[in-house]
Parts: sequence; C-alpha cells; structure tokens
Amino acid sequence: MAGIAAGGARRHPLAPYLLVAPGVLWLVAFYLIPLLTLGRTAVAGAAGPWYDGFARAFTVYGHHLVRSLDYALIATALALALGYPLAYVMAFRSGRLRNLLLGLVILPFFTTFLVRTFAWKTILNDRGPAVWVLTRLHLLPAGGRLLDTAVAVIGGLTYNFLPFMVMPIYVSLEKIDRRLVEAAQDLYSGPLRAFGRVVLPLSLPGVFAGSLLTFIPAMGDFINAELLGSPNQQMIGTVIQNQFLQVRDYPLAAALSFTLMALITLGVLLYARVIGTEDLA
Amino acid sequence: MASPVRKIAQRALDAYAILVLLYLFLPIGVIILYSFNKPEGKFNFVWKAFSTEAWTDPFKYRPLVDAMKLSLGVALISTSVATVFGALIALALCRYRFRGSGLVNLLLVLPLTTPEVVLGSSLLSLFLSLNVAMGFATIVVAHVMFSVSYVALTVRARIRGFDWTLEEAAMDLGAGPFRVVTRVTLPLIAPGIAAAAMLSFALSLDDFIITLFNSGSRVTYPLYIYGAQRSAYPPQINVVATAILFGSLLLLGATVLWQNRSTRESTGGRAG
Repeated sequence: MAGIAAGGARRHPLAPYLLVAPGVLWLVAFYLIPLLTLGRTAVAGAAGPWYDGFARAFTVYGHHLVRSLDYALIATALALALGYPLAYVMAFRSGRLRNLLLGLVILPFFTTFLVRTFAWKTILNDRGPAVWVLTRLHLLPAGGRLLDTAVAVIGGLTYNFLPFMVMPIYVSLEKIDRRLVEAAQDLYSGPLRAFGRVVLPLSLPGVFAGSLLTFIPAMGDFINAELLGSPNQQMIGTVIQNQFLQVRDYPLAAALSFTLMALITLGVLLYARVIGTEDLA
Repeated sequence: MASPVRKIAQRALDAYAILVLLYLFLPIGVIILYSFNKPEGKFNFVWKAFSTEAWTDPFKYRPLVDAMKLSLGVALISTSVATVFGALIALALCRYRFRGSGLVNLLLVLPLTTPEVVLGSSLLSLFLSLNVAMGFATIVVAHVMFSVSYVALTVRARIRGFDWTLEEAAMDLGAGPFRVVTRVTLPLIAPGIAAAAMLSFALSLDDFIITLFNSGSRVTYPLYIYGAQRSAYPPQINVVATAILFGSLLLLGATVLWQNRSTRESTGGRAG
C-alpha cells in the first residue's frame, strides 16, 4: 500500500519518504535525540546512585514543581473562563466583524513576549494605575502591592497564553452547523439547555486543545514569574534555567527538566482520558 | 422571537467579550504610550513626561540595533529552511497514503506539547555532550527545530482537500514534472506557505526561552530586552516594539488583500 498517491498511482513509491526526509531527520536529530541526551545527562553524570539527580530534584525543588503546577492550572482555568465566552461571541455573534475580531485576538503576538510582560510591570507597579485604582476602591489595602505577588504572576501567565485558548475553541465552535443549534433550541426549549446539550459537547475538542496549549507553556514559563514576581513566586523554569546556565549542575538540571516533561506528558494523557478525546490537531 | 431576558443575556455576553478584548489590548496600549515617555532614571515604567525623543533617535543604543540585526538574520535563515522542510512534509501528508505517516504526524505534534524550557535545555545538553560551540548556528538549528511543526501543520490545514487531479490533468496535457510543480502545485499551495512562513518568522523573532539556552554569547532582540529589564530599559525598546507591531499589521493587511485577489481570480477563472 505504501506510496499510492491520492490522485492516482503514477508516482514513485519512495516519493513521500523523500519529501518528509529533511524535516523528519531534523526533528529526530534536534528534538528526539536531545531528549535522550537529557535523560542520559540526568543519570550518567550523577554523583551518587543513578537517581541522585532526580532525588535532589524532588527533595530540594519539589515545592517549585508544585507551585508551577498550581499557577499553570489556575491560569488555564482563568483563560478558559475568559476565552470561551470571547470565542463564542466571535463564532456566533460577530457577523461581519468576525475577521476583525480574529485579527484583534492575535494582535498581541505581533509585539514581543518580553515587552508585553514588561508592560504589565508598568501597569501593576506600586506607583502604577492598577494599584491606584484598587486602593481607591478599597479592594487593596493602603500600601498593598500587586507586583511581586502571585496575583501578578498568574495574571501575566493568563494574559500571555489567552490567545492559545481562544483560537482552538473558536475553530471548533465555528465548525458547528447553525441549523443544528437552531434544532437544538427548538428541541430542548431554551438556549441554555441547547448550549449544554449540543454546543458545549461539540466544542470540547477545542477546549481540550486550548487548555493544553495554555497549560503546557504556562507550566514551563519563567518570564512572568521573573518579571512580575518575587523569589517567592519562582517557578520550576527559573530553577532549570539557573541550574543549566549559572550553577551548571547538569545532572540536577537535566533531572528537573526531564521530570517536568514527564509530569506534563502524564497530565496530558490523564486529561485525554477524562475528556475522552485524543485529537490534538 | 428573542425574549427580553435573552436579549439582556446576549448583551451581557457581548460586553464580557469586549472586556476580555480590552484585557488583551491593555499592555499594547501601554507599550505604544510609553514609547512617548521621557522616563526618569533608567527604567521606563513610571510615566514622567511626553516626549518624541525616542522616536527621533530610535537607533541610539548600539546593542539594541545589533540585537535586532541578529534576530532578523536568524529569523530569515531559519524561516527559509523551516518553510521548505515543513511544506514538503505537509505535501507528503496530504497527497500520499504511506506507511509511517502516523508517526510523522506524532513527531510534528510532540514538540508543540513539550515546554520550551525542556526543548531548550535538551538541545543544550546535546550540544554540550558533542562539545559544539554555541552561537549563530546553534540558534538557527533550534529555531528551525521548533518552526518545522508549525509550518507543516499550518500548510497541511490550508491545503487539505485540494483537487490534486489538476496535476494529473496538467501531465495529461503534456506538461513535464518541473512545469507541473511551477505552474500548478506551487500556485495552489502558495497562500498556505506564505501564512506559514510569516508565522515561523514571527515565532523566531519572538523566541526567548529556547534561544537563551543555545545562544552562547550572542544576544538576540528578546535576549537584549531580558538584559535591559535588569539594567536599563530605554523607551527605544517600546519604539522598536511599536514599529514591529505596525510593520506586521501592514504585512498582514497586504497578504489578506493578495489572498482575496487570488481567490477572486481563481473563482473567476472557474466561472469563465
């Protein structure tokens, strides 16, 4: 069966393999093999037994792992709460404005990630507008801070990865046949029940993809924690970066990085089980 | 037959969506506004006075200009390579049924589900174990790696369901393989490739985490900003960011116009 073209059988059987070869070899050499090297670095360079790096990763930096998980989960939930209604309005209620709204949602990507995050520092700093407004409204005590708190870090994470949540949900909502929604409204007598029975289930693949595309980068991110937080908000990415580039304790650094990868893979598989889809693309 | 309650609910939903959009724009507004600030001290995050100084002298800081040049060079090379590699994979996946295509798909999706800090650090451990000196080449290698998947998936999404029998038709009419590729295949897939190339370029220009691990002593534009937020953050950074924003908007607008025109032409051709 190998090598039969969709349009006819006039092509060489090796053609598809030749086409994918350069890209696939690149990914094998610079994605797959490095992951193996990472595992070997964690195990082979260890000072004590082979699991020494992993043992230290959990005992010394366990709370960094837990904190990263917490922050990433909260940011993902917030992005879903903010992103789903926006995607819904874009898909069902925007009419001719739809393409404009799509453009607006990806607009932040045209400014550099770091500059965007630094802009939050401008908004949230002690002399900035957010603190001023919130203390006037008595939502923040006098002398209260936003910068260097978990609120700022989680807010930054939510902000930076929100478009990754909106786009897949929008795509899955947009595919839904309008007649199906109308039929459901007649059938279930009411927009809320029609939403719960028809629209929401059909948009779950988008929710799944969006949550992963938000959670994964948020879990590994360290820019928000570094720019908007204090050392008390440090995430696992900072530790990995620090251990690799400054401390150069490679077995520990590699073990931390490997653990992060393993945790996320585990989480993705579990999530796929729960939500009942493995369709990522 | 919308009831008043339902109408209010819909309005509330619209208002909520607008608020979320405002949240997305708030920092962008701040970036543009603060490009006109005349900051007191080294850091541009407290408003002091309006000034066009940074706009009239955008190239004042040599390291910022050098970093921008390096980033543009890296983005240009890595985008060219990744676009070719990714488009070829997309073509193969859309036009052939072959053993192993599932594995290729998996290999494309995996890097997207791997956090950047893992991608960067594992590549670093490879370079360290091979004793490779980090610099321009290793940055390009890393950028091609994370761009290939995006390009392949974008192009695949755009060319799925194309009528490939057009190629057969061209061959039946006596066109050689080269003519078929240049006159039929490329024009068909060009819009998808253009979109993927722009995405790849933007990702490369913006990448910080992976680059941090593989740059050696070279400083790209995001790495420069990372350093600047620790030592001195001049408004020129905001000027560059604003310029990139409007530059890409112009490019995007031009592409949309071009694609609308080419769709019109192709549908017009079919009608006539």
